[in-house]
Amino acid sequence: MNKIKSLDDLRKMKQNLEHEMNIREKSNEPESLVQIRVAMATCGIASGARTVMNTLVEKIEKDKIPAVVTQGGCMGYCYAEPTIEVKVPGKDPVVFGNVDSQRAIDILVKYVVNGELLEGIIPTNYQTINEKK
Amino acid sequence: MAQFKMHLLVCGGTGCRASQSEIIVENLKSEIKNLGLENDAQVVITGCFGFCEKGPIVKIVPDNTFYTQVKPEDCAEIVREHILKGRKVKRLLYEDPETQKHIEDSKHMNFYQKQIRIALRNCGFIDPENIDEYIARDGYAALGNIITGMSPQEAIDIMKKSGLRGRGGGGFPTGIKWEIASKSKADQKYVVCNADEGDPGAFMDRSILEGDPHSVIEAMAICGYCIGATKGIVYIRAEYPLAIKRLKIAARQSRAYGLLGQDILGSGFSFDIELRYGAGAFVCGEETALIKSMEGLRGEPTVKPPFPAEKGYLGKPTNVNNVETFANVPAIFLKGADWFSSIGTAKSKGTKVFALAGKINNVGLIEVPMGITLREVIFEIGGGIKDGKKFKAVQTGGPSGGCLTEKHLDTPIDFDNLIAAGSMMGSGGMIVMDEDDCMVSVAKFYLEFTVEESCGKCAPCRIGNKRLHEILEKICSGKGVEADIDYLKNLSRVIKDTALCGLGQTSPNPVLSTIEHFHDEYLAHVKERICPAGSCKALKLYTILPDKCTGCTACVRACPVDAITGEKRQAHVIDVNKCIRCGACYEKCKFTAIHVQ
Amino acid sequence: MEKIKITIDNTEVEVSKGATIYHAAKQIGIDIPVLCYLNLEHLNIENRPGGCRICVVEVEGRRNLAPSCSTECTPGMVVHTHNLRVMNARKTVLELILSDHPKECLVCSSSGQCDLQKLSQMMGIREIHAVENAEMSTYRKDFSPALRRDMDKCIMCRRCETICNDVQTVGALSAVNRGFMSVVAPAFEQDLVDSPCTFCGQCVAVCPTGALTPFDDTAKVIRALSDPSKTVIVQTAPAVRAALGEEFGLEPGTLVTGKMVAALRSLGFDKVFDTDFAADLTIMEEGTELLDRIGRYLNGEKDVKLPILTSCCPAWVNFFEEYYPDMLDIPSTARSPQQMFGAIAKNYYADLLKVKREDLVVVSVMPCLAKKYECQREEFSTNGNRDVDFSISTRELASLIKSCNINFDSLTEEEFDQPLGESTGAAVIFGATGGVIEAAVRTAYELFTGKKLEKIDFKELRGLDGIRMATVDFNGTPIHIGIAHQLGNARKLLDGIRSGMYNFHAIEIMACPGGCIGGAGQPLHHGHSDIIKARFDAIYREDSQKKIRKSHENPFIIKLYEEFLGHPLSEKSHHLLHTHYFDKHKK
Repeated sequence: MNKIKSLDDLRKMKQNLEHEMNIREKSNEPESLVQIRVAMATCGIASGARTVMNTLVEKIEKDKIPAVVTQGGCMGYCYAEPTIEVKVPGKDPVVFGNVDSQRAIDILVKYVVNGELLEGIIPTNYQTINEKK
Repeated sequence: MAQFKMHLLVCGGTGCRASQSEIIVENLKSEIKNLGLENDAQVVITGCFGFCEKGPIVKIVPDNTFYTQVKPEDCAEIVREHILKGRKVKRLLYEDPETQKHIEDSKHMNFYQKQIRIALRNCGFIDPENIDEYIARDGYAALGNIITGMSPQEAIDIMKKSGLRGRGGGGFPTGIKWEIASKSKADQKYVVCNADEGDPGAFMDRSILEGDPHSVIEAMAICGYCIGATKGIVYIRAEYPLAIKRLKIAARQSRAYGLLGQDILGSGFSFDIELRYGAGAFVCGEETALIKSMEGLRGEPTVKPPFPAEKGYLGKPTNVNNVETFANVPAIFLKGADWFSSIGTAKSKGTKVFALAGKINNVGLIEVPMGITLREVIFEIGGGIKDGKKFKAVQTGGPSGGCLTEKHLDTPIDFDNLIAAGSMMGSGGMIVMDEDDCMVSVAKFYLEFTVEESCGKCAPCRIGNKRLHEILEKICSGKGVEADIDYLKNLSRVIKDTALCGLGQTSPNPVLSTIEHFHDEYLAHVKERICPAGSCKALKLYTILPDKCTGCTACVRACPVDAITGEKRQAHVIDVNKCIRCGACYEKCKFTAIHVQ
Repeated sequence: MEKIKITIDNTEVEVSKGATIYHAAKQIGIDIPVLCYLNLEHLNIENRPGGCRICVVEVEGRRNLAPSCSTECTPGMVVHTHNLRVMNARKTVLELILSDHPKECLVCSSSGQCDLQKLSQMMGIREIHAVENAEMSTYRKDFSPALRRDMDKCIMCRRCETICNDVQTVGALSAVNRGFMSVVAPAFEQDLVDSPCTFCGQCVAVCPTGALTPFDDTAKVIRALSDPSKTVIVQTAPAVRAALGEEFGLEPGTLVTGKMVAALRSLGFDKVFDTDFAADLTIMEEGTELLDRIGRYLNGEKDVKLPILTSCCPAWVNFFEEYYPDMLDIPSTARSPQQMFGAIAKNYYADLLKVKREDLVVVSVMPCLAKKYECQREEFSTNGNRDVDFSISTRELASLIKSCNINFDSLTEEEFDQPLGESTGAAVIFGATGGVIEAAVRTAYELFTGKKLEKIDFKELRGLDGIRMATVDFNGTPIHIGIAHQLGNARKLLDGIRSGMYNFHAIEIMACPGGCIGGAGQPLHHGHSDIIKARFDAIYREDSQKKIRKSHENPFIIKLYEEFLGHPLSEKSHHLLHTHYFDKHKK
């Protein structure tokens, strides 16, 4: 370990370190963040959900998008996998189907950041398996 | 570099470690490796989550899944289901005792909903053995800001403005304490962290040191800068090996980064800490006794004044604060005095950590804003009384506190209200009692503790507490008379009035408060020779109901002292003088013929 | 000094800043009762643990009661010393203390002397409101050759601890255990004999109860006195005559030499002799040894050890054997006067009387408890027969006189017997700190210079300061002298010598405050150090009234050397009057 020689050094160090903690910081107040859930059931994984998730996580981190990515079980839209659910604070959650890496970035940039409407939204009034009792 | 998508936070506090959390960590790691998920999920050992009732705890972020009572063999399932497939392991989720529903994430648990975590902000959140995680959360920024940009007095003014009061029990304003020490003139001063936590059932200081040692070290350095001290000493119980280990690691890391030592951050300010171990004498939590102990002398309090701020360790000005107090300090400087003082009541600012224990569903460590009511703490955060029993009393402030009842449930908790109600904040123990608890026995229990822990220096505490205990014992064994209650009251008041230190001055509180709030219960013991809660063994009366007894002789065979006699198929009789009230006959009787009074 | 005003019991009093409520009250004649507090002003000794809580008073505006012994006055303070709250608290606390104290006052050796008993009487305690069958804290009893510990009677005033650790720096006693069972004891609760205890007995001198008491051999003395086959002789130490009167209600400082002799004679002692005689003998030996060492030192002999240390005080001997085993060759080898007397009595006087040494019983009356230990040391016995058979204290002599129906006050003064009863003023002042060295200087000066001493009083060597230093002019040769009383001060001097900070030719050390006059066998001072001052003055008064004031002029001493010993440091002297020291850790 090298000694930290000044307050500026300490601040720089903090900036370098904080991204590793981001995932925990974000979990502290999920309601104020855009919550993205990737369906990670067998069908989702088979059709590339893991890649989509990686892409989302990396993009969010890189652009410092106030969003948190979690994974969920099967949402029941196997025909449209990979699917992701996006919940912007104050809005109803929407589900995007057939998401690949490129679409994932589009969703982040256009829908999440700029608030534009995008195609590919699966009609709502659904329940996930996890919520079914 | 890998971008983890999930962190698995595993409680590495003393409680959860005792139930194999270290093996859980290993199992989680190996399963993650087996499945090739090393780049997706990271396992982090953290400090205590507070929800000790249901440990070991594994919390998964960012979705805040809160797995309770995890066993080593559950780890494979957690990784395969949750990490790999995104399916929560339902059976390990916390189940709400009222609704019997599994709670998906900790944000929706009653236990956490009303908590505000300042002192515990990093506990259960960061790896206490990794200084980088602390720095990532603005650790040492407060210290850096102060020593490079503020005068000691400016910093003290912020402390004063924040309204922080000592969390060790006394509730003395911390800023004022610092100011007195800063104004004392001496070639050497000391900052002492009192980590000699001794209240039965209280473990917040241990949890903080285990979960967030750097916040205490940072605060001590800030205090050192404010009062003009370059040396800090942590006086810690030797029974806290994990806290000691984490503190040592933390100090070593801070030193390596130059955050302790000479010329910190190029500011010219130097500060370092060392550890001293206490042998766990309760009285050494009293600051003058603590100082005596550090000097290698018998741990006995001395008359104040002189206060340690004027004449303390080795005769030098010494500022003593407890762990929880220190843990608040960096947060105050980071977020501002106004932020801190916006939380709490008029005279008690911020939050307080309580250790919930007793007949309550959610035993554990909580941090709540001052001003919260006992009802909220016990029935919402604490999940109510165990087994659906009726709430009877809550004991706050440990052995120095008193018992509060139903009528105090809606009193906002703060330093002054608790004292007005005949109890005190103490270090934050909170023991809940139900209808089965006898209040005379409760008072006796606490006196047993103070008798054990009295240092023996002053007569009222040394002998007086012993006598209080003897009289309570007498009452519990059915030999008390009404005059004993008056004597208890007088003796209690005299001890409070004359004892040398805080221990003796508060030790009769459990007696006085139980007499005040449960006078009838005392009377029942001495006049009717009945223990209404049915807990005092000597006051139980076992008789056989002749109309129910079939003369099966099962009770005769069960009785260890041959107190039961009677012919076969005839009603039996218990000899009261022989009966030792063990209850064996009651257990054996199939015809509910044994009556207990 | 800054003054502040406070009000006590409706009376305003002006005190210096820093004064306690207790002292402020005293100033206006209010005697707040105390139990653990002890202040020996003349000796700069204070015990103030604030532990007994008897002295509590009410201070307006304060939440709880304040211990007046350790609460400083603040401007405008309003104090009540005897309202209901205070009286109730004080009485309740005293009852608590009594509830854990054996009720055997009738047969307690401290009965009548006990501060707790006195306080209980003063506060009108007539019953003890506590639980029936209240548990008492009991401890193993410990008997040593000099003192007894019965810690059941300990009230944790900590006076003994302060004396043993802070004043004497012996470190034999400290508080052990906790809570109800806490008590003052040697480490690991070992016996005193196995501890570093020097038997100075100062713990006994300050104990307010019967927890620490002297080991009492009076019964054996009575048995010897009534045994017709024994010749029983007695020697009395110089400090005894300056204090014995106090036990009979006389003013402190009253000299009762003549009455004491009369009382001893009427008790049945065959001869009443004076330890002062042996003190003169000590000066002859020790003074000669001093001159010998100085002479050889001035001649440039390298192996000569200076300073020479006095060795009259047995507690001091125990102390340096325990703590300064590397310096055992520095103290004078001369035995203490008690043991010189014993040796001369058993080896010379017995022959004069033509009795066997076994049939001659030598009793000493001493102001000291360590003497009880000293006379039992093996090196002071021949074939198991001690040179001094029994040593009793001033207090024990007083009770012996009382129990034998002797009306001390009406006794006619009598003279000591001869030949071992003649003494000089130099011997008398052995009883006070600085006296031994002054006596030695009086003789050594004349022997060294061959000139007659013009000015016999060496005022520069006198006083009650703990450490004193002076230089005496031996006709052009400056002799540097150090004096210390109380072992803590002795330790400072010794450490200074060890480190080379001090250069003395001779040093006198006495273990007890004020020297032997403050010995633990003396009437108890109960915290009044002016009593010790009065005895101190009495000793020098007796000296100034003596016709002969230099030891070497004592005619019986001269005769003893002519008839028996030959000369100081002779072979016979070496055999009978000198000793050697042991490293206690090599036992």
